[in-house]
Amino acid sequence: MTTTLPTPHATDHLDVLESHALFILREVVAECERPVLLFSGGKDSAVLLHLAAKAFAPQQLPFPVLHIDTGQNFAEVLDFRDRAVEAAGARLVVASVQDTIDQGKVADPGHLGSRNRLQSVTLLEAITTNSFDAAFGGARRDEDKARAKERVLSFRDAFGQWDPRQQRPELWQLYQGKVNPGEHVRAFPLSDWTELDVWQYIGREKMDLPSIYFAHQRDVVLRDGMWLAVGEFVEPRPGEDVVNKMVRFRTVGDANCTGAVVSFADTIETIIEEVAIANVSERGATRGDDKFSETAMEDRKREGYF
Amino acid sequence: MELATKDLLRLATIGSVDDGKSTLIGRLLVDTRQLFDDQLDAVVAASEKRGIGDLDLSFVTDGLRAEREQGITIDVAYRYATTPTRKFIIADCPGHVQYTRNMATGASTADLALAVLDVTSGLKEQTRRHLCIAALLGVRSIVVAVNKMDTAAWSQVAFQRVVDQIETLSRELGFTSMVVIPVSALLGDNVVTSSMNTPWYDGPTVLDALEASEAGSWEVAQGARLPIQWVLRQPGGGRTYAGMVSGEAFRVGDKVTLLPANVETTIRAINFGGESRLEAVVGLAADLDLSDETDAGRGDLIASAPLPTVTRELEATICWFGERPLSVGGQRLRLKHTTKSTPVRVQAITGVIDIASLSVNDAASLATNEIGLATLLTADALVVDDYREDRVTGSFVLIDEVTNATVAAGMVGHASFL
Repeated sequence: MTTTLPTPHATDHLDVLESHALFILREVVAECERPVLLFSGGKDSAVLLHLAAKAFAPQQLPFPVLHIDTGQNFAEVLDFRDRAVEAAGARLVVASVQDTIDQGKVADPGHLGSRNRLQSVTLLEAITTNSFDAAFGGARRDEDKARAKERVLSFRDAFGQWDPRQQRPELWQLYQGKVNPGEHVRAFPLSDWTELDVWQYIGREKMDLPSIYFAHQRDVVLRDGMWLAVGEFVEPRPGEDVVNKMVRFRTVGDANCTGAVVSFADTIETIIEEVAIANVSERGATRGDDKFSETAMEDRKREGYF
Repeated sequence: MELATKDLLRLATIGSVDDGKSTLIGRLLVDTRQLFDDQLDAVVAASEKRGIGDLDLSFVTDGLRAEREQGITIDVAYRYATTPTRKFIIADCPGHVQYTRNMATGASTADLALAVLDVTSGLKEQTRRHLCIAALLGVRSIVVAVNKMDTAAWSQVAFQRVVDQIETLSRELGFTSMVVIPVSALLGDNVVTSSMNTPWYDGPTVLDALEASEAGSWEVAQGARLPIQWVLRQPGGGRTYAGMVSGEAFRVGDKVTLLPANVETTIRAINFGGESRLEAVVGLAADLDLSDETDAGRGDLIASAPLPTVTRELEATICWFGERPLSVGGQRLRLKHTTKSTPVRVQAITGVIDIASLSVNDAASLATNEIGLATLLTADALVVDDYREDRVTGSFVLIDEVTNATVAAGMVGHASFL
């Protein structure tokens, strides 16, 4: 026994956050019947997949990975998705927004229109069809004021809705994910991570990421104060000048609503430096989908969004 | 640039509604420049839209539509701050009595409570309730912001009156560290920068006090504990037991006991994320390889001496959140303790805490948001420590069998002030 020695604690903040996330992953898998990991190909879901592999090593992942494919992805992100899923030895399930449109469940917004809100319908259908009762997501509380309010295990009713006024108490680390048939929980192991924590962790673990996170030359147009990448899903409108700039992406969403930031940061070290002194939030800088109204995220979350 | 890793302090705001908790956190975040420009712009825009001046600081954390409409906090908001010395996870908790369950959620993981009081109204019953819950949950350090000093003409007499009230209560509740600070969250006095309006006060600002307080656990370590979450099958046929370490560290070669089976063995190896380690420190999500073949699974516990207690009967302190009262022979409940869930019955309600006097009165049931003492009988044996010795093996929740709602926070044993 070593009772005379001071107790060593995990005090390094990345170690604390990492162990907490592994604990949440294991707890949900043990308590729920059919978990799934939501994977967008962005940095947060990449960290989540990395942590999931660690939590169950040396076993295979005890759940599949679900990608909600809007059909408006960056090609580099799809490449990364396939690479990361294969490296983790995971089974990939793809649910397509196009299928939801083709089945007439939602109206087609057109080739260039936003499919952002339609994703929620496809996601909830995939959860119902596969009888998933728990869905891991890479959402962080520092991203948005509605996310800042959400529990680590967040209850969804049979319609997939989040009710911020009726959240379950969540005491200590006694996460409880029991639900009745048709209901599910969203589980957020990265709840307490900040953007900077995520980048420091990616650096520490020497993780692979989609290339668009690193500075590169790209043709862009300025629209609604954001630099959008010109390509299949963004065509220059009259009066918009296409310019070639050194840019990178701070978040990854649909190609037509995710803006790039002007940046020369082409390594994880220089990105950490950039994030540490940034004066605009990552979603504020790059996400058109959060700008609809004061409570855009809360409204979408209530409908079942990620 | 190599950014150093930092230690992490979890704090929760406590206190009555309208005493200024959210405004204080908003002020703290704005004055330490934790907010991004677009976040601050959004708060300004939301304030203007509601015609409440150019900046309502409470909107920094009150992000829900209903919260902004009503000007109250409904549920905990988590915010993150970094200073040159440490990282903070801030749980801004609601003050309303009907949202006590959400306050307990925020405070259950806190190392420190930041109590906010209105100098003009002093120590309200709801503030006493929150301080009592924080003490029961094991918070040992408090920083007390005596707020709205600007509305009391910066009066030292008014401040001292509140200090006297809180010092008496703090002694009774057993807080070991307390700093009381006169502030105006609205104007920023003594939050991040020292105030010119309180020349009679030469103590720390709120930020100074938070940076100086001790991070980490308050428990009296009583041996190492690992509640088994999951069994990992190793290549070659072996098994390791995954879980999070509490109490003290495990080292390779340690003698341990598997409970409740009471099988003695030793730790052959320690892994973390597929790599081997010599030691598993407190808070590490490790997996342990044991020397002897054992039939262990989720819900069992690996412990080093002194060993925890194996029991089906618990004397416990209960914070009741259910809508219907807790009573003997009442609703069907399940208890979750560490990684084990079991049906549970209330054998007896042995008392309810009177918040005003901190005395325990006789009671036959516990109403919503009441705190009481009860004897519980579980279907399966639990492996427990007293809550004051180990926050992990001493805590549990009660779950409604029908709705799956979490209806109570429970702690094994009774606080010394009861």
